[in-house]
Amino acid sequence: MHAVRPYRRPMAGTQPDHAFAPYASTAKRAPTQPLVLLPHTLSEITGPVFGADILGPDDHDLTHQHAGAPIGERIIVSGRVIDENGRPVPSTLVEVWQANAAGRYRHQNDRHDAPLDPNFSGCGRVITDADGRYRFVTIRPGAYPWRNHHNAWRPAHIHFSLFGRAFATRLVTQMYFPGDPLLPLDPIFNSTAGETSRDRLVSAFDLDTTVPEHALGFRFDIVLRGRDATPLDP
Amino acid sequence: MNLHATAQQTVGPYFSIGLAPLYRADLAPAGVAGDRVTIAGRVLDGDGAPVTDALIELWQADADGHYAHPDDHRGPVADPRFTGFGRVATDADGRFAFTTIKPGAVPGPDGGMQAPHLAVSVFMRGLLKHLVTRIYFDGEPANAGDPILTLVPPERRDTLVARAIRPGELAWDVILQGDRETVFFDC
Repeated sequence: MHAVRPYRRPMAGTQPDHAFAPYASTAKRAPTQPLVLLPHTLSEITGPVFGADILGPDDHDLTHQHAGAPIGERIIVSGRVIDENGRPVPSTLVEVWQANAAGRYRHQNDRHDAPLDPNFSGCGRVITDADGRYRFVTIRPGAYPWRNHHNAWRPAHIHFSLFGRAFATRLVTQMYFPGDPLLPLDPIFNSTAGETSRDRLVSAFDLDTTVPEHALGFRFDIVLRGRDATPLDP
Repeated sequence: MNLHATAQQTVGPYFSIGLAPLYRADLAPAGVAGDRVTIAGRVLDGDGAPVTDALIELWQADADGHYAHPDDHRGPVADPRFTGFGRVATDADGRFAFTTIKPGAVPGPDGGMQAPHLAVSVFMRGLLKHLVTRIYFDGEPANAGDPILTLVPPERRDTLVARAIRPGELAWDVILQGDRETVFFDC
């Protein structure tokens, strides 16, 4: 049988722990028993594959999904998905969701007293190209309050969900914006111990992504787990 | 190269906005070969309260034990309609359910075989990174020798085994904390 080449285990400090007291919701939801180390088998090195047939024509442009244009600052969010070995991750599904410019989600449980925008749903989907690149057009989301602690506000962010090549490479994360004064106060952003890892969640303003007379561009590169190098690997 | 994977962040409470387009509660379109089963259960937090905003993703082989993925080098799955992917959210009672076909045994470490199982990812507000677990099948003789189940302390193994309720119906819960806590893996 073909030998399974496993994916790398994360280095300490590069990922959050499950239990993190400043994020109150972890208290009753984070596991309390030790995790069992799972050697990677064929079940973990394979994973779902999606083709472009699942995408709609405007899934990449969140400003173009309704009759009118949404209120807010139009932006372009673009980047590259690579693995820990620096190789592009092509043909992988990227799903995003976000609040509107007023900081309100189109969701029944969002009770924030801010207006919904009839021209904004906040859902986007793309598949990376052969170089692992992706690109969305959207509006800059607003900050919004949450009840984690007194006067708690989430910094503006866009949720990202990626599959990568395998069950083991699944990643759900959040992209933030440079210079946001709420970042140092946010328990979710600060749940990852390593400063370098935290800072990589912050997108960069990018003049090359910016389109003249149209929209500012932000670059957000994403790294998925890579396979262990082995001496037998050609 | 000194690269580390991007840090995970919680899926939050509003994931359905982005993830609902791919909700799939039936993993096996009509006509896909195999024994059809429905697996249903609840997600419960450390107080035993239902988790009404959880998302469960499933990944499994077909009835022959083949994955619909190019790294399964034994060739494509027999029926191209079978993708092996499922995604369901919990409801207002913390309940979820999905229908699929029972997978076959799949290759394991050291040339052995693994008992039929589903690979499971669990996402929710309050989880800074998703949980990984597995669903095995009640009464499956291969469970006793499964190379992954045998890594689990014996008294906790039954948290990974869906209980047969009626023919074709199984029950499996996700217990996040406590004495009956589901086994979660460091994947």
